[in-house]
Amino acid sequence: MSAPLVLSEISLGYPDRMVLADVSLTVESGEVFAVVGPNGVGKSSLIKAVSGILPCQRGQVDVYGVPVSELNPAQRARQIAVVPQATHVPPAFTARQVVAMGRTPYLGWLEREGPDDRVKTDAALERSGTLALAGRRMGELSGGEQQSVLIGRALAQDASIMLLDEPTSHLDLRHQDRILKLVRTLAHDQGMAVLIALHDLNLVARFADRVGLLSDGSLRKQGDPRQVLTPKDLAAAYGIEIRVLEHPVYGTPLVLTG
Amino acid sequence: MSDTGRRPTAAKTAADPRPVSRWAPWLWTSGSLLVMLVLSAAVGSVTLPPLSIVQMVVDKLPGVDLGIVWPATFRTILFDIRLPHTVLIALAGMALGGSGAAYQGLFRNPLADPYIIGVASGAGLGAVLAMTASWPTTLLGMAAVPVAAFVGAVLTVGLVYTIARVGRSAPVTTLLLAGVAVGTFASAITSLLMLLSTNELYRAISWLLGGFSLGGWQPVLVSLPYLAIGLGSLALLGRPLNVLQFGDEEATALGLDTEKFKLVIVIAASLVAATAVAFSGIIAFVGLIVPHLVRMLWGVDYRRLILLATIGGGTVLLAADIVSRTILAPRALPVGIVTSVVGAPFFLYLLRRAKREVFW
Repeated sequence: MSAPLVLSEISLGYPDRMVLADVSLTVESGEVFAVVGPNGVGKSSLIKAVSGILPCQRGQVDVYGVPVSELNPAQRARQIAVVPQATHVPPAFTARQVVAMGRTPYLGWLEREGPDDRVKTDAALERSGTLALAGRRMGELSGGEQQSVLIGRALAQDASIMLLDEPTSHLDLRHQDRILKLVRTLAHDQGMAVLIALHDLNLVARFADRVGLLSDGSLRKQGDPRQVLTPKDLAAAYGIEIRVLEHPVYGTPLVLTG
Repeated sequence: MSDTGRRPTAAKTAADPRPVSRWAPWLWTSGSLLVMLVLSAAVGSVTLPPLSIVQMVVDKLPGVDLGIVWPATFRTILFDIRLPHTVLIALAGMALGGSGAAYQGLFRNPLADPYIIGVASGAGLGAVLAMTASWPTTLLGMAAVPVAAFVGAVLTVGLVYTIARVGRSAPVTTLLLAGVAVGTFASAITSLLMLLSTNELYRAISWLLGGFSLGGWQPVLVSLPYLAIGLGSLALLGRPLNVLQFGDEEATALGLDTEKFKLVIVIAASLVAATAVAFSGIIAFVGLIVPHLVRMLWGVDYRRLILLATIGGGTVLLAADIVSRTILAPRALPVGIVTSVVGAPFFLYLLRRAKREVFW
């Protein structure tokens, strides 16, 4: 059985200006793989390439052994669910309507949701902890609630791979914690393969099983958070002095500037 | 499109998603459309009693004979003069409302409508070309006008889309700007054509302002198939149109073949808009305001928005037409003047509201 997600020497950008070159990594079932790096290094581009929205200049992305470029949008969306940042959510749809849109890859253009789709929608609301919000409009929900609804929508896709692009960057501590615990549960307990772009290194240290550090247009290092989040590598990637302590409770790396 | 008011003050919208009855929107729109249909047939130089209108229409149904005798002129006025006009107005309004809602959903912009993205001007150019070539008097000749209008509309959308295209998609801002530029260009050519063919000038101008100068049932019969195909497809595509509201990239990630889907919507909406332009000329603001109103009253769900805006468009244009025929009676104003005079301030009012409230 091929791994859910294999990136083989992919390069992204424009023919005359590469954003990322020769990135290779594998995401297995049941793990959270975090992509970190300075702003503008290409974390979002990497997520878009894996979801098939941004074509690779070189290299290829395989989903269970099949090149993502050979899948049509519906086939892709049954394997890969993308959770974008909840910054531009149409405010007038209800949470239930939004989660139900996760059923899009299973429905023809002229088809309406059937009983099976409604069952899956309810299950996704339940799993994302948004059942209580189902009847409320997105515009009334807090950022954290909106983000949870978008995770619910991804769950309704019934995909085994989940990609998240900075899902916590505009959330307060409580919601950051909640969202990432949910993501970790999806990987560890439900076997999803999760690729997540994050810029808060301490969240990465706590919640990711493996980390890939992007810097200067390439994947500088990947592996266990303890191996990757080192003062030397982080200083090189971010261009400032960085100290790494041990988290007093979890024993994970604790990253501080200065 | 902005997200102003995306986080509304709690008090303002707490009561907003009131449970809308499933049937209320349909009852309201269909009921008012029926009332307007009867009123429109009643009003004129000879006023027909609304009850008689309903009776005469029912009497006309196969197998129904009410046994009532009306003055012979009533039947002629109703079936040969009033009803063809009334039905054509209703169809034009429905086409404008439905295509307006579709364009707004397609471009995710409440300002998009057949006129702003240049489709109407392109359709107008096509129609004027067909008219100046030879004024249509036969059924076949008349069918050529909507075909020419449709070709004009689709070419315009294609041109606008090509100009606005960045990479694989067309951002809303460049799309609207390109629409205005191409639309203005098409209008200029249309004006030039009309000036060059002086003997058709009066008819062309009155057509351009939305005066329904063609009589009889022929325009209704010719436009019906185009509208049924176009509006029917749009109404059925509401669910994926909802998905598109999250933007092209997100919709694609959700499994929608976005480019192909947008193309289908453009073709269906342009077919509908072009048919409206071919038989009713330039009628502004109906395609803009009716979908707005429906959205404010009953929400953004395109599964019913398209159809509700279609029915509402017929209602609104019928009302405007009644005003245009009575306000300076016995003279009838082109209905486009009425929709613009009433529609422009109303649209500005909506714009001011839009800054404060969440209905998009």
